[in-house]
Amino acid sequence: MTDTMHIMVVDDEPGMRMGVARALRDFSVRLVDINGEVRFEVEQAASGEEAIDKIHLHAPDILLLDHKLPGMTGLDVLETLAQEKHEDLLTVMITAYASLETAVAATKKGAYDFLAKPFTPEELKNTVRKAAGHLILERQARKLAAEKRQVRFQFISVLAHELKAPLAAIEGYLQIMKDHAAGDDPKVYDHMIDRSLTRAEHMRKLVGDLLDLTRIESGRKKREVATIDLREVTQQAIDTVSPVATPRGITIHMDSPAAVPLQADRGEIEIVMNNLVSNAVKYNRDGGRVDVRLKPAPDQVTIEVTDTGIGLSAEEAARLFNDFVRIKNEKTRNILGSGLGLSIVKKLAQLYNGEASVQSQPDVGSTFTVVLRHTDPQATLAVQA
Amino acid sequence: MTNATKNKTKTVLLVDDDLDFLAQHQILLQNIGFTVVTAESQRQAEELLKTQKPDLAIVDLMMEHMDGGFALCYHIKKLDAKIPVILVTAVSSETGLEFDAATKEERSWVKADVMLSKPIRFEQLQREIERLLSK
Repeated sequence: MTDTMHIMVVDDEPGMRMGVARALRDFSVRLVDINGEVRFEVEQAASGEEAIDKIHLHAPDILLLDHKLPGMTGLDVLETLAQEKHEDLLTVMITAYASLETAVAATKKGAYDFLAKPFTPEELKNTVRKAAGHLILERQARKLAAEKRQVRFQFISVLAHELKAPLAAIEGYLQIMKDHAAGDDPKVYDHMIDRSLTRAEHMRKLVGDLLDLTRIESGRKKREVATIDLREVTQQAIDTVSPVATPRGITIHMDSPAAVPLQADRGEIEIVMNNLVSNAVKYNRDGGRVDVRLKPAPDQVTIEVTDTGIGLSAEEAARLFNDFVRIKNEKTRNILGSGLGLSIVKKLAQLYNGEASVQSQPDVGSTFTVVLRHTDPQATLAVQA
Repeated sequence: MTNATKNKTKTVLLVDDDLDFLAQHQILLQNIGFTVVTAESQRQAEELLKTQKPDLAIVDLMMEHMDGGFALCYHIKKLDAKIPVILVTAVSSETGLEFDAATKEERSWVKADVMLSKPIRFEQLQREIERLLSK
């Protein structure tokens, strides 16, 4: 990739301007950060006034600005530019006598670097190389920050929707009950209460998952890495979900060595197991079966959770691990979920240098596989949302 | 004449993937005299429309496909351009995107007569329904 940067040299000596243009004509900078090359195009201005006019027409990337100019001084130009907020422009001051006073004033007004007159073409090139590198990095950082803001905005938008929908449902039922708008049969109202409670439970689950996610991503919570027994955590997850599984005739089986030691933060592994096992029950058919297999190896543990449930299409499986992806279809519409569980599982697996994946066949079942390796107790996830 | 008797012979098609929204609005619309048929998806609604012709449709914009509501509006209008369609959406409050069927140009691609933002107030919905049916 070749990029062209636009340089404006502002100096009242034509020889100086020509010299800069000549020195940079065939000059290029290789930048590893963008895996590319930058070439330069030089424009000239003989005075501060001319420079400002030209900048208004087309702002350069780098401004080489002489301080001692006939009308406006270089500092005056800097000040004007600072007021106009040219955030994407780097200024390099050219000073004949490198006075400390001028340097300090220029830095305060936003100059990026200095070049003392007289300078050699090599000195000029070094300064320009440094400025170009800085500019590219700064632009990348800005772009990344904007993308992050966008992702966060989308996350919050969807979150707001996911919270507002159950709230609206609960309010709707309360209003109908308040107005006795549904006739005299108390059974009808009982059903509304049940539905309200179900939707409230959904909100609670969502808020809980959200807190898990925030805790993982913020890196604020101190991770307590110790030797834990994955078998025991799995058993606990199975016990937790049994009250839901048993009435639906779903049996849960564990296939594991007597103990599966793992260096891990217990809270994190509980979140992973609880999500996997409760999903396997939630999306199962009545009378179905869940198999949890723990396969320790010297440097990793593989967790496999297989269900006999509704399964997924390949397209659905591909986006399943993203935030707020709930596969919406007639098979899932009565199943509660926040849409965050598997995205949390995936993020936690990454903390353990592992991965999460799914293999599935519609209406036959799914196998979720999570591989956990060693974790660095200091590791945190970059905030992705 | 009360609303209940005036609306007696009119059928409203209600389409939303939120079952509680369907249940609640079915009750409220029946209370003011409408016959209500409900569908939980664009596909289900299109199935229903093969055998029934509602006097008015209330359609949620965001169903399992992001633009399911738009597609369904289009389908209804193609079936009978005279059936008024109210498109209910949570889009603008969440994404800041503004959809409105108010101007002629916008109506040309959004095939709805009215767009209402969720959460909708039932009184407002009722006003719009009566305005559209008295046209």
